[in-house]
Amino acid sequence: MANFTKATGIKDWLNQRLAIEKVEKVIASEYWIPKNINFLWAMGMILVFTFKMLLISGIFLMMYYQPSVEQAFDSVNYTIMREVDFGWLWRHVHAVASSVTFLIMYIHMFTGIYYGSYKKGREMIWISGMLLFITFSAAAFSGYMLPWGQMSYWAGMVITNIFSLGGLHMDGLVEWIRGDYVPAQAFLTRFYMLHVLLLPLAIIGLMGLHFAALRIPHVNNQDGEEIDFDAEAKKYLDGDKKGSKVMRFANDFLSKDMMVLGIFLIFFFYLVFFNYGFALDPVNMDKADGLITPKHIYPEWYFLWSYEILRPFSTNVGLIAFGFAQVIYLFLPWLDRSSNAVAASRRGKFKIWFWVLLIDMIVLTAMGKLPPEGIFSTIGLVAALVFIALWIILPFITMNEKKV
Amino acid sequence: MHNNSRRGFMGKAFGAVAGVGVLGSLVAMKKSWDPLPSVRAAGFTTLDMSIYKEGELITEQWRGKPVFVLKKTAEMIEKQTESQEKRDIIINGSHFMVAIGLCTHLGCIPAYKVDEEEFLCACHGGKFDWSGEVTLLPPPRALDIPPFKIEGNNMILGEIGPEFKAMKDSGITL
Ligand code: HEM
Ligand code: FES
Repeated sequence: MANFTKATGIKDWLNQRLAIEKVEKVIASEYWIPKNINFLWAMGMILVFTFKMLLISGIFLMMYYQPSVEQAFDSVNYTIMREVDFGWLWRHVHAVASSVTFLIMYIHMFTGIYYGSYKKGREMIWISGMLLFITFSAAAFSGYMLPWGQMSYWAGMVITNIFSLGGLHMDGLVEWIRGDYVPAQAFLTRFYMLHVLLLPLAIIGLMGLHFAALRIPHVNNQDGEEIDFDAEAKKYLDGDKKGSKVMRFANDFLSKDMMVLGIFLIFFFYLVFFNYGFALDPVNMDKADGLITPKHIYPEWYFLWSYEILRPFSTNVGLIAFGFAQVIYLFLPWLDRSSNAVAASRRGKFKIWFWVLLIDMIVLTAMGKLPPEGIFSTIGLVAALVFIALWIILPFITMNEKKV
Repeated sequence: MHNNSRRGFMGKAFGAVAGVGVLGSLVAMKKSWDPLPSVRAAGFTTLDMSIYKEGELITEQWRGKPVFVLKKTAEMIEKQTESQEKRDIIINGSHFMVAIGLCTHLGCIPAYKVDEEEFLCACHGGKFDWSGEVTLLPPPRALDIPPFKIEGNNMILGEIGPEFKAMKDSGITL
């Protein structure tokens, strides 16, 4: 039997039962972080923060929101926005945080791609990160249904129709997802459940996995240096804090993180108070009507790039291209055949690949927002083809990359 | 050795019980998401076809979806091609275009332009002519015709009559 002694204090009492000191070391004071990383490594912490904001504002929205097709629209646009004291604040925070979450997620992803932080034992970090991206996408989509405005309804119609899988005509599957022939009450209530319970739970679980996946390989660094964490930690603990290449996660690195977070907070609340419009679509200020399509249906900005990959092709080809775009990032650790986990600037052809991909994503996003006419259609088509081509050539251009 | 095989057996026995349970609950979960009987029962609409005016597009509603009804003008009947004619629904001598008003691409409602006598889908730029056939991609097929049954002057949407069955069998609609 374990040996318990009379505790010398609360900490000791807890320590005997929960080993809190050991846990604290593993996740904080002896979780070693390289010194040579920059502000881009603070994005993960900012994402933890934006998720916390979504959770808190969501809890307050939930107290007045009514998931019924008759009342949903008014409960958001009238009750929450006008009647509830500070209701607007929760709604603005929620809308801005969901939009900004995607902005930061994209920066976080592209930082990972730039520094090759998805190989040499970091594959699980990348995979859990992509699963987080997919789950967040589902959460954002389901949340977008809730105010039951015109964009909610028609985006719900168009996106669920994707599950008929084009030429396979799986209309039964679409009706099953909706619980009706068109988006209606059953659809709204089940998406409400997904949005407030199942998907947030999945997100929290995946975040746990993401952090666990980081613990053994540790974070990468901006010089792509292979650090012997055990040796450097020993140096640090023996007193050579300056000479060691690493520092403690808490409170050393955390203080850097908090600095970046502080700057981010100013930006975030500037948006919440003065510039929230971009996150609340004016078309969605009209109540859902199954007999009128809005002139121009487009998703939120963060889905535009993949929407643009769907749009220029015929149904079946479009769906295949769209499916490709959804999953291809998951396979990055294996499509990149080089073992160099260093900044793209030192990787020759990969450097060009990286910047072309980034620019292509921005072009796709811009074209996705414009009406599908004339020159825009053509640019969109070219950008979609470039996207696919980039992923196909990736293994070939990295295969013979020189070791750095 | 003896113990091991007994544990192995217990593991397999548990696996079998749990497997049945998992399958059973998956069936229950799947069925709980099916459209309710009340939703299915409300799936019929009767239209009185004697009230429509020639050349004027009317949008009716069936199963929450818009249904286009266009009584064709003599001129349209005159000029229509064989494939356009096959989509005609004839009731008491009048020719109708009746179709689900959702684009076969991803389900937006195409708008009818009276002057051009065509439908334009604003979502991804697809076009259909006045008989419902595609004239510009991306829509993969002509507008779908809802299941219907003709009874005198009435058209019952949601029931399958011989005319609809013939259309379906010849692949004119899904
Ligand atoms: C536990 C966490 C969450 C809860 C309890 C929650 C709750 C809610 C509720 C009740 C609404 C409806 C009221 C409204 O439309 O303003 C809503 C809307 C919305 N949610 Fe969440 N949410 C959560 C997390 C998220 C996440 C992770 C995202 C995406 C990144 C997200 C994106 C959205 C969006 C885009 C809307 C529509 C906003 C609007 O049009 O006003 N939510 N959420
Ligand atoms: S939904 Fe009509 S063209 Fe895409």
